[in-house]
Amino acid sequence: MTSSNYFLTHLWLIPLFPLISAALMLLFGRLLQKDAVNLFCVGSVFLSFIHAVGAVLALLSFEPGQRVYQQILFEWVTPGPIPAAGVLTPFIADWGYLLDPLSCVMVLVVTGVGFIIHVYSIGYMGHEGGYYRFFGYMNLFMFSMLTLVLANNLMLVFVGWEGVGLCSYLLIGFYFLKKSASDAGKKAFIVNRVGDTGFLLGVFLIATTFGTVRFTSQGLGDPVAFAGISETLAAMLDQGRLAFGAPVFTAIALLLFIGATGKSAQLPLYVWLPDAMEGPTPVSALIHAATMVTAGVYMVARMNAIYQLAPFAMDVVAVVGALTAIFAASMALVQNDIKKVLAYSTISQLGYMFLALGVGAFAAGIFHLMTHAFFKALLFLAAGSVIHSLSGEQDLRKMGGLWNTIPATSRPFLIATLAITGMPLFAGFFSKDEILGRTFARAATVDRYLALWVVGLVTAGLTAFYMFRLLFLAFFGLSRVSPEVEHHIHESPKTMTIPLTILAALSIVGGWFALPALWGEESSFEKFLEPVVRGVIPETAAVKFAHHTLLTEYLLMAASVGIAIFGLSLAYKVYLQYPQLHSKVAASWPRLHNLLVHKYYVDEVYDALFVNRIKDLSIALGLFDAKVIDGLGVDGAGSLARAFSRISMWWDKWVVDGLVNFIGRFTRFLSHPIRMIQTGVFSSYAVMILIGLAILLAYYGHHMQVLVRSLR
Amino acid sequence: MMSPAHYLFLSLALFLIGCIGVITRRNVIVVLMSIELILNAVNINLVLFSRIFGDVAGQVFALFIIADAAAEAAVGLGIIIAFFRNRETVLADEMDLLKW
Repeated sequence: MTSSNYFLTHLWLIPLFPLISAALMLLFGRLLQKDAVNLFCVGSVFLSFIHAVGAVLALLSFEPGQRVYQQILFEWVTPGPIPAAGVLTPFIADWGYLLDPLSCVMVLVVTGVGFIIHVYSIGYMGHEGGYYRFFGYMNLFMFSMLTLVLANNLMLVFVGWEGVGLCSYLLIGFYFLKKSASDAGKKAFIVNRVGDTGFLLGVFLIATTFGTVRFTSQGLGDPVAFAGISETLAAMLDQGRLAFGAPVFTAIALLLFIGATGKSAQLPLYVWLPDAMEGPTPVSALIHAATMVTAGVYMVARMNAIYQLAPFAMDVVAVVGALTAIFAASMALVQNDIKKVLAYSTISQLGYMFLALGVGAFAAGIFHLMTHAFFKALLFLAAGSVIHSLSGEQDLRKMGGLWNTIPATSRPFLIATLAITGMPLFAGFFSKDEILGRTFARAATVDRYLALWVVGLVTAGLTAFYMFRLLFLAFFGLSRVSPEVEHHIHESPKTMTIPLTILAALSIVGGWFALPALWGEESSFEKFLEPVVRGVIPETAAVKFAHHTLLTEYLLMAASVGIAIFGLSLAYKVYLQYPQLHSKVAASWPRLHNLLVHKYYVDEVYDALFVNRIKDLSIALGLFDAKVIDGLGVDGAGSLARAFSRISMWWDKWVVDGLVNFIGRFTRFLSHPIRMIQTGVFSSYAVMILIGLAILLAYYGHHMQVLVRSLR
Repeated sequence: MMSPAHYLFLSLALFLIGCIGVITRRNVIVVLMSIELILNAVNINLVLFSRIFGDVAGQVFALFIIADAAAEAAVGLGIIIAFFRNRETVLADEMDLLKW
């Protein structure tokens, strides 16, 4: 829909503010005072947030079916023909922004949570070097992420996708003097490359299948000139050129999903996320919990029209999501680093989101994305606040008893824990129940989904256990804080605790969109997203949910809350009530405990299978380079040139110069007799003159005679 | 009565004496003196033929040659003195720097 609303027509400003500020920081940041950095960087994100809210409110004033605003700023990749479906089609990728219900959610989460985390960073990073560099990267990240979620085509999504990857790399390696930090940055970047290859191939396949990478032509007027994927897809299905379950859909969906597993840290590419905790805590909160890692979820939800036509790919997404959820949750059980627990928890929660997407509950996945952004950002920020209070201590074994020492941190942490474990009325309760409920609803028609539901339910129990373990170890029981740290414990500054409070509020109310689900109505969040996620042809879509009764709904809720409480009480028993119990439990299953502590040896296996093989290959290539290219090629050419120049020198010396010298010597030899005349004794010269004179006289004598005779 | 032949023979004698002096003597000063003899042999010839032909140009030439001989003697002696200062010799067979 076209509109003259200021916020909609100036949609392009939302990503621009952080970009300008990032450019300013990275070019001139060194010259600026901290206050100026705060003003520009936090201010620019705030302006983006205001514009995002304005744009979303303007969009909400449209009819539910009409809620699409699209603007094209300029033609970015100019038309060039590509072979699409056998004919050459002009391919265009524009630099354009699309605001529809899905991007509304994303843009609000990104700017909102992003702004809160920026404010928090003022306090957290206050004593760190490279202040302007940190904020410059953060703002660059905001620009990339907003480009990603607002992009109207897949090529532009890829720009944002790579941009956030770059910023993630830069910020993980923020403390680049620390070897582990720069290694972690590299690891994140390289692992993401693997996924990005899949993503890019998926985009190419979409381009050649549909001849366009634009999501939709809605809001642009002419649907022929501005072809969109969803319209082209619908037309192709209508004409029967493609059908439900066509291999090309499966291929596209799987390739894109490979990209999502990289960015969103799913099996088998999740290994970079725990290491990414080397970055500053606000980075972990913003990039590695709330926004960037959800890009994969967003992208799959965005391409739901294709996924719904590829049932096999959907199953893959669901299975990978469920396995990641339980796998990561099990690793979180034994981690001792407060941030590592949260990192595995993030992977696990992202697994939930993919489970939701895989069973076709796209709206539920996005809903969990949003609530997760709130409570996981809060968990990370609160953990950062704990670390800040304890002068950099991250080991859970050296915490404890902080509940009353740092109340402005511990209370929000409790709320976030309640939210993530799905305690009733907290945000996570609604979104997690939505996912489990939808999975169960699929299980009612197709039995194999029941296994996924069980996995999801068990994961909920594990989540409760490791989260309350974290809470009890950090805030309750006896203090295990080392004496010199104990001395310095202090509550974090207001710039850190106020963001915690805001996020705590959001972690409570953030799920209330789904309150109507409690009395059997459709959640308003789902109603809002429905136009985006309904699929192209609903009646042929892969997803069919059984409508279960309100009673089933309540039973499901009771089951997930029950298992969460079970996890809670277990954690309470082994960590709080009998603090020695957990080491005894660990000792009684040493194999299992060891396996978990070593994270299933996945890093070791990857090292053995890929990393070291690539290193071997590099060494072999290096040897090839040194021996063959340099040795035979460069050095060989050098020796060959030397040999040739030696021959050439011999020729020059003996043939060319020899000839010249020979001519010289020959001349000298011939001239030798004549030279001998030059005695240098002038009397001999005088003799010669006289002899010459005599000869002349003898020769011309008769002339003289004539002359003399004439005198007579 | 003196015939032109007498003058010519005198001139020839002087010329030959001068030539032999130039060729045979080692001392450069003597060589210079021999050259003077040659020049004066020429002068006698010039004056003789000037008389015979009744043309004064020959005598003018003779005067020029006398002047030239004076100049030559001056320059030549100067060169010899300078050379003597350098090489401590005035012998012609030792002046062989330009040999070969």
